[in-house]
Amino acid sequence: MTDVITPPTTTDAGIRIPQVFEPTEHHGHEEHGPTGLLKWLTSTDHKVIGLSYMITSIVIFYIAGIMALIIRLQLTSPTNSLVSFSQYNELFTMHGSLMLYLFAGPFAFGGLANYIVPLQVGAPDMAFPRLNALSYWLYLSGSITMLLGFLVAGGAASFGWVAYAPLSNATNSPGLGGDIWIMALVLTGFSAIFTGVNLVATIFYLRAPGMTMFRMPIFTWNMLVTAILILIAFPVLTAALIMLFCDRHFGTHIFSVQGGGSPVLWQNLFWFFGHPEVYILALPFFGIVTEVIPVFSRKPVFGYKGMVFATLSIAALSTGVWAHHMFTTGVVLLPFFSLLSLLIAVPTGIKFFNWIGTMWRGHLLFATPMLFSIGFLFAFLMGGVTGVMLASPPIDFFTHDTYFVVAHFHQVLFGTAVFAGFAGLYYWYPKMFGRLLRDNLGKWHFWLMFIGFWVCFMPQYVVGLLGMPRRVAQYPADLGWQSYNIISTVGAFIIAASFAVLLWNLWISWRKPVLCGDNPWDAHTLEWFTTSPPPHHNYSHLPPIRSERPTWDYNHPDAPSIDHGVGRGHDANGHNGSRKEMVSS
Amino acid sequence: MDVWRKARHPRSRRAGDPQASADAGPPPLSTRLSRVRSKLSSVRARRLLPLAVLAPIVLAGCQLPDFGAYKGATSQGRDAYKLWQGFFVAGIVVGGFVLCLIVWAVFRYRRHHDAEIPRQTQYRHRIEILYTVLPIFVVVGLFVFTVITENEVDAVPKSPVTVDVTAFQWGWQFYYPSTGKVVVGETLEEPQMVLPVNEQVTIHLESADVIHGFYVPEFNFSRYAQPGVVNTFNFNVLHTGVFRGQCTQLCGLYHSLMIFSVKAVPPATFDSWVHQTSGRQPSIGQLKAQIHANGPGA
Repeated sequence: MTDVITPPTTTDAGIRIPQVFEPTEHHGHEEHGPTGLLKWLTSTDHKVIGLSYMITSIVIFYIAGIMALIIRLQLTSPTNSLVSFSQYNELFTMHGSLMLYLFAGPFAFGGLANYIVPLQVGAPDMAFPRLNALSYWLYLSGSITMLLGFLVAGGAASFGWVAYAPLSNATNSPGLGGDIWIMALVLTGFSAIFTGVNLVATIFYLRAPGMTMFRMPIFTWNMLVTAILILIAFPVLTAALIMLFCDRHFGTHIFSVQGGGSPVLWQNLFWFFGHPEVYILALPFFGIVTEVIPVFSRKPVFGYKGMVFATLSIAALSTGVWAHHMFTTGVVLLPFFSLLSLLIAVPTGIKFFNWIGTMWRGHLLFATPMLFSIGFLFAFLMGGVTGVMLASPPIDFFTHDTYFVVAHFHQVLFGTAVFAGFAGLYYWYPKMFGRLLRDNLGKWHFWLMFIGFWVCFMPQYVVGLLGMPRRVAQYPADLGWQSYNIISTVGAFIIAASFAVLLWNLWISWRKPVLCGDNPWDAHTLEWFTTSPPPHHNYSHLPPIRSERPTWDYNHPDAPSIDHGVGRGHDANGHNGSRKEMVSS
Repeated sequence: MDVWRKARHPRSRRAGDPQASADAGPPPLSTRLSRVRSKLSSVRARRLLPLAVLAPIVLAGCQLPDFGAYKGATSQGRDAYKLWQGFFVAGIVVGGFVLCLIVWAVFRYRRHHDAEIPRQTQYRHRIEILYTVLPIFVVVGLFVFTVITENEVDAVPKSPVTVDVTAFQWGWQFYYPSTGKVVVGETLEEPQMVLPVNEQVTIHLESADVIHGFYVPEFNFSRYAQPGVVNTFNFNVLHTGVFRGQCTQLCGLYHSLMIFSVKAVPPATFDSWVHQTSGRQPSIGQLKAQIHANGPGA
């Protein structure tokens, strides 16, 4: 094979791209079945379903974002009457529910994973394509059901996204809104479980020849672990929701004291789902960053195996830390949950050092996906440090349910789902459409969002420490909280502006495409070996898979081989890694 | 120390330096010292030196700032505040270190030539083990201080004064069992709990309906008020004053308005206050009916 590496070219979008062209002719873009709308309605192709997931979840993201803006506007003055108390409760309940259940998770394991994982392991589709379609349609109907809550008498659910019993029972939250909320989550819960099954089966059974477990890209690894966590956590949530529904309608007293039930049981069940859920929302995005940083540093992932084991230990620990959300209930064993929660910092730290190690002595190119990934590092570092503080019960006692916690989990979740999530969108958009998103607009998006992020959430830490509780529509005027809230609202609107830029970018890049070839980033992993967008069944032929970077190996046969650091400068085959050596001549 | 030395010098041995491979024992002290000295004189070490000297001075330096938190008006809150300071300093040190690494990597290793491929380093086992093991020690340290403080904050030593606090939608009732004194109020009426200073006071906390959060910011403390569960904790208020409190756990429509206050007074004043009859107070049920009918603060 003689590959031609042309000198770097500059695209219309202003990115310097080391173009790698395959001399082989592009396999024909065969299409099966219906086209147009009917294709989107009937397809079982993982790529079409993945795109449907992504489009739906990004629409949800914008809707939930608008709710956040209304919430922030309400808080600009202490006794604002922009929305009523009940509307405010509905707004933050739905903001949280949409963002957590219907955006962050489905965008990652429904959208990106659906599209990318089969490509990364060299499979023609997901293991159960029809189940996959069912997942999407359950998710879509769940999302529509959730939004319909606003239309029923009594309004949408207003008991918070955690639906603590007994506030969520029929006495304290009567009306259809709560029932609709429960049913929507049962639908999307089943959707998530089916996707989890599908991902596990795909990754275990449909890997291409040569794609051993330790040659899988980290994104695929993280999706495997995420899928396992889904299978652990979501059945618990779905079961708990059905119990709650029975409490509301059939006179069971599972979560009410009057009938001998226990409200704390709801918290235990919910957080036994809820804390793995936090990592269901985080691990896919760690995976995205671990794809992006090596490509734009031109190096392999530093400490690949350490990364895998760190992910596995995060998953294992995450099933034993749920009660750190319940430190102030007074009925949990504080030292146990505190220690396990603190320990999660260790594998997370390993990930941080591996990301830094990947960049170390690399050749960094700051295209938009890389910028978003580095933004993620800063955001998640801040969220992580405050997370360690919250793992200590005496500190949690005075920050629990205040804006300190709000700031913490927004920095974590915004850092992962938004910074890393949109890094993934910018990174894989060329894979999906064979065209680039504009890089200059992408940088506008990034910098506005990065600035808005800090302006929005840092004041919330301060006002939280001053004692401002979360989920309040009004607050006393004489405590000096207003200025912090105004700054925070300004930040929220800067973030909103950045997402207007993204819309414009999507529109302009669609109308005036910048074609980019199959592999604009000179990326490493298998999905970039096929055409962009990939043909119906993904691959007509595969490269030899000898490492976790088959496409890189194929495109750079003369590149220095991987330095395993064993015996100083010699790789496992005894080649000297520090010299350029013709391994595959 | 031994591990550190071994980690530093395998290169010379592996490279087949006959002297090094023959001399398997530790090099003489003077050699080691000169190595350390030459390390210190290197540019990087010189850059780090001021940091290494300044850090302990700053850290040990007389008074740490409050980092945004209240100093704690109770002895329990004071303990939590000290732990907060410790965690904050640890956070600055560890987070700052990682931050510096990120910033350094981002600014130092920009791509200049597109054709060049850097060294494809993937594993350096020693440093990987180092950054796995060191954080474990940090975590264990943080955990030890956490447990010590937690035990102090949660301790319930015997106390002469007891207050039974009942939260309800949307107000608070403070009941003093020793004299039968009751203070009750909803939302904007801001019921006030009176406590003696410099005395351990035991609080029994529960809820009449949904879960509420009993939170006094300046005490650096909050605890859920739950139906069917009585939470018990102590306050030892260190100085007189009025401290605001608020419900932190979402409890329905008027959660935002569910405020109260704590007034700490000298023990003598407290005694006379608690022995005054509280007069006729509405029951929790009456207040709830009233607020459902007329809205808050009616």
